[in-house]
Amino acid sequence: MPKLSTQENYIRSQKRTRRIITLARLALFLAFLGLWEFAADTGMIDSFIFSSPSRIAETFVSMWKKEALGLQIGVTLLETLASFFLVTGLSLASAVLLWLCPRLSQVLEPYLVVLNSLPKSALAPLLIVWLGANMRTIIVAGMSVAIFGSVISLYTGFQEISPDKLKLIYTLGGTRRHALLKVILPASIPYLLSNMKVNIGLCLVGVIIGEFIGARQGLGYLIIYGSQVFKLHMVMMSIVILCVIAMALYQTINLLEKYYLKKL
Amino acid sequence: MDPILELKDICLSYHSMEGEIPALSHISFTVEKGEFVALVGPSGCGKSTILNLIAGLITPEGGSVLLEGKPAQESDLYVGYMLQKDHLFEWRTLWQNVMLGLEIQKKVTPERKARVMQLLEDYGLGGFRDVRPSQLSGGMRQRAALIRTLALDPAFLLLDEPFSALDYQTRLKVSDDIGTIIRREQRTALLVTHDISEAISMADRVIILTAGPARIQKEVPIRLSVSERTPMSSRSAPEFKTYFNEIWKELNTDAQA
Repeated sequence: MPKLSTQENYIRSQKRTRRIITLARLALFLAFLGLWEFAADTGMIDSFIFSSPSRIAETFVSMWKKEALGLQIGVTLLETLASFFLVTGLSLASAVLLWLCPRLSQVLEPYLVVLNSLPKSALAPLLIVWLGANMRTIIVAGMSVAIFGSVISLYTGFQEISPDKLKLIYTLGGTRRHALLKVILPASIPYLLSNMKVNIGLCLVGVIIGEFIGARQGLGYLIIYGSQVFKLHMVMMSIVILCVIAMALYQTINLLEKYYLKKL
Repeated sequence: MDPILELKDICLSYHSMEGEIPALSHISFTVEKGEFVALVGPSGCGKSTILNLIAGLITPEGGSVLLEGKPAQESDLYVGYMLQKDHLFEWRTLWQNVMLGLEIQKKVTPERKARVMQLLEDYGLGGFRDVRPSQLSGGMRQRAALIRTLALDPAFLLLDEPFSALDYQTRLKVSDDIGTIIRREQRTALLVTHDISEAISMADRVIILTAGPARIQKEVPIRLSVSERTPMSSRSAPEFKTYFNEIWKELNTDAQA
């Protein structure tokens, strides 16, 4: 056998570590499912309240065929994406406005802090009364969870950009508008991307809260409805779907971020 | 003919809620066209403030800044400013970075592009147009920052300790490069530094400032007997040590007073 160089050895051991981690993750997942299924089958846990992986899968298939589950998923996904894009656009615009008017930001600071720390689920019942039980309300509920934090973190990001970079723009004869377009915005793209990763999760939280209270469609509605009529297989299935959605949305933005940083 | 730059009796204080701190007190000096002048003084004595005043980033509380005899605000001379760090933007390529000033001033023309390209070629950056700043060495980055300033064809250059962020080895090399470029391009320059050797090696005249509030302690014309003067060759001139001791003494008499 040919002798390996230290570099090749290093790469091998790194690859092995990575493989072990992936395998362990998969094994943990399968062990959890297996144990759950086993415990439900042998009666160690009550499968009526704790459900089981096989029953969740059965429910999924039957609901997909008979009860338009795809539509429910689609509604939640649409509401989440709508509130996510609105939050991203609005918070970027607000952060720019605050940066352009430092006085305004000083005046508004305590209000933003209060609104950000307020538990937004407290607003959901009010939103239903004000805006009615419709999709618009759910989207606003989704936005309400993310927007204030998003504005604050973007604006803080703007302020952390070295003042010397702005000074450079002024020494080159630029104005505040140039400082915004040539420095603040391009320098903030990494902040914006990590901010988006947080927002997508928060929007999903807000949308589910909204659906709990005032919806006739969506996964949040299925969870509330299922728990009220004791169809706990349906509740569990909805939660599993939410896990998958949350992961998929997060990963999409994560890939976008990786792509951008690599391009740089 | 009026000197390219004249400072007349400049006074300035820093203000805060805790009180007023005088920073500059009755500063007057002139810089002639083609001259290379260095301002030396202890750290924090207000040297950079003087550059900010000349660049028009702040206005003096007393006195005036004249460019070719006209008040700085009315003058259409462009003053180039090189900051301590290069501040090349990572989201731009080298070429986009050196074109930043022309882009801001909406002065991108084929002739100017060709000139910037020539500058890059002349100073060893020709092959790096499409490279990101992080892939360049410290010295290349400073040269790129200088070319970004020269692209706007400044009437004269302000240099605010442009080498202080570099390690010693690179610093000698880069100050030699930059000094040579500025002489070859026949630019007028005002360098701020706290490094006495750097000031003597690069400048035709050294202005010594006292600690805050900054006043002018002394002006020392530098005359070195070297055949072809570059920052590096200046350091081996026989007079170098004499000037060093003279400036060193001036800076320290002030500290004891």
